[in-house]
Amino acid sequence: MSIAVFMLYFFEAVTLITAVALIFIRNVFYGALLMVTCLVAIAGLYVLMFAEFIAVTQILVYAGGILVVIIFGVMLTSKISGKPLVVEHTRVVGGVLCGAGFFGLLMYAFTFQKFELGIFNDGLSDQAVQRTGVQIMREYALPFEVAGILLLIALVGSAVIASGSKSKQP
Amino acid sequence: MIPVYQILFLSALLFSAGMVVVIIKRNAIMILLGIELMLNASNLNLIAFNQLYPEKMAGQMFVLFVIVVAVCEAAVGLAIILRVYQHYQTSVPDEVTELMD
Repeated sequence: MSIAVFMLYFFEAVTLITAVALIFIRNVFYGALLMVTCLVAIAGLYVLMFAEFIAVTQILVYAGGILVVIIFGVMLTSKISGKPLVVEHTRVVGGVLCGAGFFGLLMYAFTFQKFELGIFNDGLSDQAVQRTGVQIMREYALPFEVAGILLLIALVGSAVIASGSKSKQP
Repeated sequence: MIPVYQILFLSALLFSAGMVVVIIKRNAIMILLGIELMLNASNLNLIAFNQLYPEKMAGQMFVLFVIVVAVCEAAVGLAIILRVYQHYQTSVPDEVTELMD
């Protein structure tokens, strides 16, 4: 077994274990830490699938940005009394049935498909970052600008929402 | 060569786990975490099927834009959760049942 195959199985196992453990965990802070582990393992999978730029973006934006914001949220919404924020479960039977049913449906649908496709090094991924930049500026220029405007609007809006009741003053 | 079945199985299980988390947790932040898990499952599929047309990089571009939208969703969601917590002193969505002050 080569080292690449071993790393593939390792990252897949880490992803699966953390994702399933997120169902059983009750402490929200530990849940956020599990999510960080899961996202970093997915970034490792991206590297193995020849998408290096996406992997770096995943680590920077997800593991570095979104999860920090979520941990801020956990700390801001827990009581001052010092006890950790423990979440209760509800609708356990329905939720597990829904998830298992959806998973079974997907697996059933996959059995009808013939995917001859495999992920291999086609030689194109050697200049992946360069090609990503060229493609963004050439074919995907309009979605890129729209995404920038959406990000600006969403961040200004969230700052206004979170800034409190001072906006009631004219 | 990575068989694409393996990635499909992984992302199907990730999506199902995210769906279960969204349904059974009684906390808005855990629900946000479940949504992030489902977005990551779809990203994994998009990267896997990027290999269909590797010279156009459509899958990787889709993943970049999905990440941007996920950032917007997390920021606005956390802002709303903070305001709701300041007003109702709870972050359990089931207990927020009234609209008035």
